[in-house]
Amino acid sequence: MSLVEAPDVRPVRSFSARFLRSELRMIFGRRRNQAMLVVLAAVPILIAIAVRVTTRSNGRGDGGSAIFNSITDNGIFVALAAMVVIIPLFLPLVVAVVSGDCIAGEANSGTLRYLLTVPVGRTRLLAAKYAGIVVWCVVTTAIVALAGVLIGLILFPHGQVTLLSGTSTSLADGLWRLLLVVGYVSVMACAVGAIGLFVSTLTEVPIAAMATTLVLTITSEVLDQIPQLHSIAPWLPSHYWLKFDDLLRDPILYTNTTRGPLVSLVYIAVFVSLAWSRFSGKDVTS
Amino acid sequence: MPPLPTSSGPDLAVTLVPPPAETSYAVSSDGLTKRFRGGQVAVRDLALRVPSGAVYGFLGPNGSGKTTTIRILLGLIAPTGGTHELLGRSMPRAAAQVLPEVGALVEGPAFHPYLSGRDNLARVDAADRLASGRTARARINTALERVGLTAAAGKRYRNYSLGMRQRLGIAAALLQPRELLVLDEPTNGLDPQGTREVRHLIAGLGAEGVTVLVSSHLLGEVEQVCTHVGVMSVGELKWQGSMADLSAQQQARVQVQTSTPADAATVLARLGLAGVRAGDGEASAVLGAVQPERVVAALVADGVGVRGFQVERPRLEQMFVDLTGEGFDVSG
Repeated sequence: MSLVEAPDVRPVRSFSARFLRSELRMIFGRRRNQAMLVVLAAVPILIAIAVRVTTRSNGRGDGGSAIFNSITDNGIFVALAAMVVIIPLFLPLVVAVVSGDCIAGEANSGTLRYLLTVPVGRTRLLAAKYAGIVVWCVVTTAIVALAGVLIGLILFPHGQVTLLSGTSTSLADGLWRLLLVVGYVSVMACAVGAIGLFVSTLTEVPIAAMATTLVLTITSEVLDQIPQLHSIAPWLPSHYWLKFDDLLRDPILYTNTTRGPLVSLVYIAVFVSLAWSRFSGKDVTS
Repeated sequence: MPPLPTSSGPDLAVTLVPPPAETSYAVSSDGLTKRFRGGQVAVRDLALRVPSGAVYGFLGPNGSGKTTTIRILLGLIAPTGGTHELLGRSMPRAAAQVLPEVGALVEGPAFHPYLSGRDNLARVDAADRLASGRTARARINTALERVGLTAAAGKRYRNYSLGMRQRLGIAAALLQPRELLVLDEPTNGLDPQGTREVRHLIAGLGAEGVTVLVSSHLLGEVEQVCTHVGVMSVGELKWQGSMADLSAQQQARVQVQTSTPADAATVLARLGLAGVRAGDGEASAVLGAVQPERVVAALVADGVGVRGFQVERPRLEQMFVDLTGEGFDVSG
C-alpha cells in the first residue's frame, strides 16, 4: 500500500453489495425479527416434544395427517410437520411483517428521503429491498427445517426414511427432499413478500402495510376453501402451499409441485412490477 | 423579479440587475411550480438563482413553501411545472451524477430509532454506491467529530435529544466532501451554543467554497452568515439577491434627538435628505449619500441642541416582515 493515498477519488461501481449487506443487517439485526425467528424455531421443537410425550403414554401418536404420523418413524418428519403448521399463518405473518415494513417503515421514520438523496436510485432501492425479503423468506423457512431436523433426530429414530407413498429411502435422500421442500415453501413465501413490497409502497404506515398483506393472503386461503370458487382456486397464491407433500412421494409428483412455483413466480413478477411502477414516480413527502 | 413593497421606502423598489452571463449557479430554477393533487399550489413559478460559492439564506414563514421547494430541488417530489438545475446539470435526469455532490438535511433529521448514531451513519454511508467500505469508519468518525457527537456515537438514536438528532443529520450531510449543501432549518432544536456552532460550520463551509442553501424562519442566524438571501411567501419567491444589494437598498436613517425637532427637520431638509420627519423630541430622515458627520456639523452650526444622534439601518427582520406582509404567522 502506498503512503500517498489519492484523496477524493470516488470510483463509480456498477454494483455494490454494501447496501444489500446493510439491508440484511437491518432485517436480521432487528429485535422484532429475531424474536419472530425464535418463535418459528420453537414450532418444530414444541411439535417434537408433544409427539414424544404422547407416544410414550399411547404407544402411537394420534395426529391426523400422514406427515404427523410419520414423526415417530423418522425424525426429519418433525421438520415437515412444522412446515404444515407454520404455512397457513405463521409464515405469511413473518413475511408480511418484514415486507410490509420495507418501504413504509423507511417512509414512516423519514429515512426514505435521506436514502433517496444519498442517492439510492428508486429502482436500486426496491431491488435491494426485495432481495432482503427473498433472503428473509429463505432463512425463515430454513430455520424451521433446521430446528425440526435437529430436534427430530435427537428425539426420534433416524435410519431409513419411509416416504408418504410407503417406499423407503436413505436418510440422505430424505434430507435432499426436505431441502426441496424448503425451496418450494420459500418460493411461495416470496410471492407473499412481493405482495407486501407493493402494499408497502402505498402507505407511510408500516403496520397498515403488514396487516393488509396478511389480510390479502388469508383472503386467498379463505377463497381457496370455497367450493363454488373451484375454478379460480388454482390461481390463488395460497392454493399450492401445502402441496409440498408431493415431493415426499416415490416417484415425486410433479404436476402440483411445478405449477405451484410457477404461479408464485407470476405473482412475484406482477407485484414487483406494480411496486416499481408505483414507487418510481411517487412523490416522497414523508 | 417582483419589486420590494413600496411601504418600506421608495428606493427599495429596485429590481435586480440580471447578473453577468458568466455567473455559474449551483442551483437555478425556472418557472418551478408544484400543484398538489386537490389543486393546492405549494410553490408557484419559482426562479431561484443560487450562485456557486454563495451561502444562500432561504427565508420564509412556516408554510411558505421552503421545504416543498427543497424536496423538488432534490428530486423527492416532481414539480408540476418548470425546470431546475443543480450544479449545472438538469434535474431529476442527472440525479445519480449530481446528488453525490449534494449533502442534504430535509425537514429535520430522520434515522432509525433502534440503531446507534454511528450505525445510522454507517447505514447512510453504505447506501452510497460511490463510497468505499474500506474507508467508511474514518469517514464516519470525521463526520461525528465535526458535529461534536463522538462521545454519544454509541447511543441509540431513540435516546438522542433534539439537538443531538439535528447534529447527526448534519453529520450525515457531511459524510462526503460536497459541492452543495442543502440545509433545511439546521438549527431547529439546538441550544444557543449549538446554534452558534452550526453557524460557524456553515460559515466555514462557505469559506471552503462549498455552496450552502440554508433555509430558516429565524432571520438572525441567517443574517450573520449569508452572502445571499431569497424570501418566500405563500409559495412565491418575493425577493432574492446578495446581501450587498440588500443593504444598498436598505435605507439608513439619521435620527436626531433634540428639543427643537422642527428646526432640526429644516436643517435635514436643507442638506438634501429625503423623507424628513419631525416627531416628539426627535427628527429623522433618510441619510442617503450624505456623511453623518456633516449632518451633525450642520445641526450644531445652526444652533440645534443635539441630545442624541444615531444612524439606523433597518434589520433584515423588518425587511422580511415588509416582504411577507405577515411576520411569522403560518400562511394557509
